[in-house]
Amino acid sequence: MTTTTTTTTAATTTRAAASPIADWFSDGWITTRRNLIKIKRVPDILVFTTLQPIMFVLLFTYVYAGVINIPGSSYTEFIMAGIFAQTIVFGSTYSGSAMAQDLKVGIIDRFRTLPMSPSAVLIGRTNGDLFINAVSLAVMMTTGLIVGWRIRSTPLEAIGAVALLLLFAYAFSWVMAYIGMTVRSPEVINNVSFLILFPLTFISNAFVPSETLPTPLRVFAEFNPVSALVQAARHLFGNIPPGAPVADNWVQRNPELTVIIGIIVLLVVFVPLAIRKFDRVSSR
Amino acid sequence: MSFIEAAGLTKTYTPRGSKPVHALDGLDLAVPQGTVTALLGPNGAGKTTTVKVLTTLIRPDSGSARIGGIDVLAHPQQIRPIIGVSGQYAAVDEYLTGFENLDMVGRLYHLGAKQSRIRAQELITLFDLEEAKNRPVKGFSGGMRRRIDLAGALVTRPQVLFLDEPTTGLDPRSRLGMWDVINSLVGQGTTVLLTTQYLEEADQLADSISVIDDGKVIAEGTSDELKASIGGQRIEITLVDPGDSSAAVEVLRRFGNSEPSVGGEGRELTVDAAHAPEALQHVLAELGARGIRLFDAGMRRPTLDDVFLRLTGHVATEDDAPALQTQGRH
Repeated sequence: MTTTTTTTTAATTTRAAASPIADWFSDGWITTRRNLIKIKRVPDILVFTTLQPIMFVLLFTYVYAGVINIPGSSYTEFIMAGIFAQTIVFGSTYSGSAMAQDLKVGIIDRFRTLPMSPSAVLIGRTNGDLFINAVSLAVMMTTGLIVGWRIRSTPLEAIGAVALLLLFAYAFSWVMAYIGMTVRSPEVINNVSFLILFPLTFISNAFVPSETLPTPLRVFAEFNPVSALVQAARHLFGNIPPGAPVADNWVQRNPELTVIIGIIVLLVVFVPLAIRKFDRVSSR
Repeated sequence: MSFIEAAGLTKTYTPRGSKPVHALDGLDLAVPQGTVTALLGPNGAGKTTTVKVLTTLIRPDSGSARIGGIDVLAHPQQIRPIIGVSGQYAAVDEYLTGFENLDMVGRLYHLGAKQSRIRAQELITLFDLEEAKNRPVKGFSGGMRRRIDLAGALVTRPQVLFLDEPTTGLDPRSRLGMWDVINSLVGQGTTVLLTTQYLEEADQLADSISVIDDGKVIAEGTSDELKASIGGQRIEITLVDPGDSSAAVEVLRRFGNSEPSVGGEGRELTVDAAHAPEALQHVLAELGARGIRLFDAGMRRPTLDDVFLRLTGHVATEDDAPALQTQGRH
């Protein structure tokens, strides 16, 4: 080490005090930038978020298209909203493992001793997921269009579908961030999210019409929030053939409203819960 | 008045399926402004818990803490701008470069974009981090990460610096480098609270030492005061044959002023001696007369190891090798 001469006695150099709101935006942007840099530096995240959805689109379209018959539509048209929903719900699990990882390496302690907004780290993290999900949704939609999926609705409705998909996943990121800080182990988080998300996405109308399922699974599938998301996306992309059967319950008849309520409930419950947790949690 | 004041801190953890652990058990602490105080104690003594309470990371079950007159528990947001913390585990983002890490910390201290970049570059130069400036931290050694972490703690030129085991896990060369850095900082009048399990480190860096064990301060003073408190010098002999151990203990007991301690598989014997040179002459003559062969013999001033052994009945560390990063929560 070279000879070090510091000027540490000088008073704290702070910029002219900005408003708390400006600080809050700045903190959120700085932590978001941190997560975007990480995406740039860890190529497997980007590869996973782009290649895996392409693989799913191709697998489902070409492997199952021949065996699953959707009256009045093609399986490709039917399946696409399901793949979108499943992929981006899985995409929101990064927040869980990333928060657990931050705790494990101790950087949470660094953040918590800084005079920053206690929500900033979580905002930055969930924004990171939002970015990843937006990229993978764009990739999936492009791949889908190549293999024959079509948007048969107005541009406004299609934008609505994209917005609902991304917002639902964003709200789910807060749930996962909370779980990540509670479970504290990045490895356990990955296993837990698989255990929760596989049933949640497969016992739904994502890949098969829910009427084809045995009764207990059908009931679960019809009230499953992922089903509502899939149904809403399918509806807004215009991928539901006219006259297709709709399960006779409020959730399936009002999928968009159900998803919006779901997003609001998740955010109202888990944003404060996660921030509170962050304010108490400490490494090791 | 002291700059850092803690009184009656308690904190109890109950790990799942085991008995409650009293990490802090009525800890009192006072660090005068511009001085360096070391919290010295073994793993699990409560050092890190104390730092976590003072740096707003955890709340104690009871007790009070003030820094610069501000109540830490009531106003953590007012404490954070005036403290710098460098933890036991380098809290850096592995995927960011050295520069990006420091710049991010500056921004989160609300220094503004320009000031943050200027300060990050100053610290890069100061801490000899040019190599890590534009490369992600992931590829760098523990010593380099610690330096980046310590630099992160200094971004705002804090009034109080907390260093939690700043050299644990570092190789001896990096440790010496870190001591240089810390010594130069404390020369500038920053108030520092550092924790260590290395007696030598406390001796090297601190103006005053608080020995802690089981969540309480069990002794306080300067290094010299602590050594003086346990009396004069030591006679130390090393035997060739451990079989001579009991005979040698008898000789040391006769000429020394304490019960001899035996270590090194019965070969290393130590005893307190009020008049060490004279006592040593007697010991050597008597051992010679009995035909006990010596590998080594000498006098030494008491070390903090002796202090710790005397105060707690056990040694501070099993060995002085850099500890592995496997310590439990404490």
